[in-house]
Amino acid sequence: MAAGEARTRHVARSLLGRALPVVGVAIAVSLFEFASRSGLVDARFLPPASSMLGSLVDQVADGSIWQPVGQTLQGWALGLGLAMAIALPLGTLIGSVFLLFMATRSIVEFLRPVPSVALIPLAVLLFGAGLESKIFLATFAATWPILLQTLYGVRDVDPVAMETARSFGIKAPQRLRRVVLPSALPYIATGVRISSAVALILSVTAELVLGAPGLGQEINIARQSGAVELMYGLIIATGLIGWGLNVLVALVERRLLHWHPSQRERT
Amino acid sequence: MLRVEHVKKVYGEGTRRPFEAVADLSVTVSEHEFVSIVGPSGAGKTTLLKCIAGLLPQTSGAVYLDDEEVVGPPEKMALVFQDYSRSLYPWMTVEDNVAFPLKRRKLGKTAVRELIQDTLRSVGLGDAGAKYPWQLSGGMQQRVAIARALAYQPEILLMDEPFASVDAQTRADLEDLVLALRDRYGITILFVTHDIDEAVYLSDRVVVLTPSPTSVAEIVDIPLPRPRDQVETKELPDFARLRAYVWRSIKRPEQSATALA
Repeated sequence: MAAGEARTRHVARSLLGRALPVVGVAIAVSLFEFASRSGLVDARFLPPASSMLGSLVDQVADGSIWQPVGQTLQGWALGLGLAMAIALPLGTLIGSVFLLFMATRSIVEFLRPVPSVALIPLAVLLFGAGLESKIFLATFAATWPILLQTLYGVRDVDPVAMETARSFGIKAPQRLRRVVLPSALPYIATGVRISSAVALILSVTAELVLGAPGLGQEINIARQSGAVELMYGLIIATGLIGWGLNVLVALVERRLLHWHPSQRERT
Repeated sequence: MLRVEHVKKVYGEGTRRPFEAVADLSVTVSEHEFVSIVGPSGAGKTTLLKCIAGLLPQTSGAVYLDDEEVVGPPEKMALVFQDYSRSLYPWMTVEDNVAFPLKRRKLGKTAVRELIQDTLRSVGLGDAGAKYPWQLSGGMQQRVAIARALAYQPEILLMDEPFASVDAQTRADLEDLVLALRDRYGITILFVTHDIDEAVYLSDRVVVLTPSPTSVAEIVDIPLPRPRDQVETKELPDFARLRAYVWRSIKRPEQSATALA
């Protein structure tokens, strides 16, 4: 009897756990809708949620959204890919060699806080206002989180794990591949997750500010032509892409780190 | 045969505060012998073991394994660390952990498979190969670490307080396991512990260290009959006598200090 009750309570709670996020979203959207329809806010600047979503649906339906989405994703993918190609080997190298770590520390600490957006004029000078600039900005911004996470991940390898490998006569390249990198992987994954978001932000920024083709540029065009609902629809699209990419990265992370304490309970 | 000759280890030599961990230590371990090293905590036992294992260069003196000077981790030697949870790799299955040191051995695939199965069975974990270490209890994890060391097929096994972090019952089981494995594989064991009962129960000889800077205070022969048994051996009057003797030998410096005060 008591067990049955406990089970009922458990089922009720898990149903509630699934329903609540949906309820939250529904309430937020309704509030948006109401605020605009009731005249609480000016519908010219903040149209009701239904018409924002409607214009997004239209864009999807006639297929005109896919090209800018592809262009934005291209910026994200190339930016993040290049950042990984630069930061992973560099971070591993700096993290493994103590003298290099000490020598590069101030350089990294100085360059890292430079907001990528401040490099827009430089990007224009070097690459013009197209894809190259977008990739340059996304890469610059996305490199730092991965570089720092890799660096500290490699430095933070458990000395006992390393001594174990050394005691069995495992040579340095093998130690790197089989001990150092797997044990730094949780750090690296966090870096990649942050950099993924950063690369998307910088891609959209480059499109907005430089007019590089992509969602950001479309948002700007919609604003200029007074298509407010379309503008919001596209903004929602960028949000959805960000969310989708985060889900994707988290999935990859869960697969790679299934052995890590942070992921164990879920599998 | 392992010979440790006048090993001295000073940390931070040439700095303003050098720390002498090991002063001057010599000891010999014959083939198939079981020798324990006991000493007060902070006596530089781990430092000494790392020097012997070729993981840490000593300041002076030398270590010889079968008349070859140890300058790096020797192929005939395997180590079992106290901290199994840090020494086993959580991203590898139990099998992969055991297979890890075999890279150096250049064996065929089937030979590796057999070796893994054989060593896992010999520590009583024949069915756990596909699991991950963190899915096992502490005692089982240390068994995996022992299996890994055995798979390396060493002539001598160095164990650094291997059972310090398991409960008493598991500890007794693991002690008997190590004795059985030693007979089965015919290996020499150098065993570091702070547990005097454990040292006397397991060993042929017990090396008592002084507090740091460490040297040998005394070497005690343990002529207890083998095979040893957790109950029968430990109720022998000789066991009690030897245990008390080693105990006094370790505590003597403190006793004389209190006697002076």
